Amino acid sequence: MGRYVVRRLLQMIPVFIGSTLLIFLMMYVLPGDPVRALMGDQAFDPAVVANIRKDLGLDLPLWQQYANYLGGLVQGDFGTEIVSQRPVADIIADAFPVTVRLTLFAFAFTVLVGVGLGIVAGLRPNTMQDRGLLALTLVLISMPSFVLGFLMQYLFAFQWQLIQPNVRDSENFGELLLPAIVLGSLSLAYVARLTRTSMAENLRADYMRTAVAKGLPKRRIVGVHLMRNSLIPVVTFLGTDIGNLMTGAIVTEGIFNVKGVGNAIFEALIRREGATVVGIASLIVLVYLATSLLVDLLYAVLDPRIRYA
Amino acid sequence: MSIIDKTDAVLEPESVGFEGPLLDVRDLHVEFHTRDGVAKAVNGVNYSVDAGETLAVLGESGSGKSVTAQAIMGILDMPPGRIPRGEIMFRGQDMLKMSEEQRRRIRGRKIAMIFQDALSSLNPVLSVGYQLGEMYRVHEGLSKKAAKAKAIEMMDRVKIPAAAARVNDYPHQFSGGMRQRIMIAMALALEPDLIIADEPTTALDVTVQAQVMDLLAELQREYQMGLILITHDLGVVADVADKIAVMYAGRIVERAPVHELYKNPGHPYTKGLLESIPRLDQKGQELYAIKGLPPNLTRIPGGCAFNPRCPMAQDVCRTDVPPLHPMTAPDGTELVGRASACHFWKETVNG
Repeated sequence: MGRYVVRRLLQMIPVFIGSTLLIFLMMYVLPGDPVRALMGDQAFDPAVVANIRKDLGLDLPLWQQYANYLGGLVQGDFGTEIVSQRPVADIIADAFPVTVRLTLFAFAFTVLVGVGLGIVAGLRPNTMQDRGLLALTLVLISMPSFVLGFLMQYLFAFQWQLIQPNVRDSENFGELLLPAIVLGSLSLAYVARLTRTSMAENLRADYMRTAVAKGLPKRRIVGVHLMRNSLIPVVTFLGTDIGNLMTGAIVTEGIFNVKGVGNAIFEALIRREGATVVGIASLIVLVYLATSLLVDLLYAVLDPRIRYA
Repeated sequence: MSIIDKTDAVLEPESVGFEGPLLDVRDLHVEFHTRDGVAKAVNGVNYSVDAGETLAVLGESGSGKSVTAQAIMGILDMPPGRIPRGEIMFRGQDMLKMSEEQRRRIRGRKIAMIFQDALSSLNPVLSVGYQLGEMYRVHEGLSKKAAKAKAIEMMDRVKIPAAAARVNDYPHQFSGGMRQRIMIAMALALEPDLIIADEPTTALDVTVQAQVMDLLAELQREYQMGLILITHDLGVVADVADKIAVMYAGRIVERAPVHELYKNPGHPYTKGLLESIPRLDQKGQELYAIKGLPPNLTRIPGGCAFNPRCPMAQDVCRTDVPPLHPMTAPDGTELVGRASACHFWKETVNG
């Protein structure tokens, strides 16, 4: 197990370098120039621009720029924004907690409601409540999150005036509720369906018949024998889903004006602040890698047939 | 311990002075409502088992032998299954009239079942010690620790080597034979009065089959349990069974003490089964096979259900359902425990 974890951690290094390089290159090929943008509409001296570029190291060959960036990153330096002169680390420190809060809120909603609905439907396959769940989740899956977001915003904020349309205080969980529901709804639909199918399938398994034949009470049959088996695929899905929720938050944050990473990355893209974009994107990559490792380890805990050497 | 007290309260009052057979199945019918119509899986089965006795139920796939056992255990899927008629008397009490909770307390504790495929019948994500110990924890209210100790003891009883070391292992870490021993240990854990073994050796290889059957027979003798052995393997039956019931299309077509059935079958179907066993002394000859297929249970043939496949079928077989005739010897004396549901049982026995 320990060796497996070490191997997985080592494998993360090339993945991390590869993904940062890719994002770095993409920023480079984007048209536009942050230093030129710095000058605005006023007349400027090309020599000044060239000087600034030289100071920032933007005149170096691409590979050297990347090496410099990576060198800084290893020492914990995410770089500095060119226009605002703010360290990228500060921007991340401002935006990340907001998105993490929103993501975790949406995640909790997904787990509780999604698994709950899945159990209710899965225990009685092909009944009204099961069909109802399938229809509801189908709607959620086929509706893009921005449609759902604007719809909810329109209904709850403008029609019924129940909530504020925008999130002003990201530490207020009441205000984060609606964005979290919108963000979690797609995953919720998948989780509910996965739970439902997995339960309905395991319900017919031979070992369930054995559990009944042993004279166990119904609560124990469902709670111990059925759930342990049925939740294995759900847990694996949920793990990889944390990363999806974080990236999905970019759209939701836009709709509800949440000042999270989505907002930050969007603004940085417009201003061609390469360091910011690469920094945030790399962090999201790290979250993905970490959660997928966690899921794989959890998988072995839940299912004894899987052992890592 | 309250669970045990209640269980005894449920069972004892009538069963203390009860003298009849341990289990008595009377005129049991089971049907399944499917899209293609009603499948009549069991059509009036009668059999009984005494303490310490082994009844072998023989028949092809789809003959209703497993469904009967599941009805006794109360583990039929209902719906689509339904029991329109019949009684299942356990120590004189009809289990079909009991509440679900009363039945649950009998399951595992008084009547236990061993399934065919131990790998799929054991929960893959729980250790065998946990699954075994569950019997003691649920039915006797033992602590987790005490239950584990009992589980190790039980694994020893079924001759699993190094039981204490293996108690935390999972089903997939055991060989097929060892897994089936675990199933047996689980069934025997609470020393039930009756064990139903549904093809316990079918999934095992031949050398292991004999070991598992011997173990089962030995433990049965020791605990004086009734045993219903469901199988389609005539070889397994001969060594352990006391009496045999042969089933076809949801009915018992022949009933006999074990050795008499082999010596002198009283139904053409039984005869066909016995003749389709490969024999060394008939090497080189073509092996007999019963022609045709088992009937579709939604459309069981009229008259005797076996008539389309029977070499002796006459017109009467296509119109009249033969009752289960008690058989007599040629001189008219009754043959104890023998019966055949064939219009021509006399000709079959003597021919």
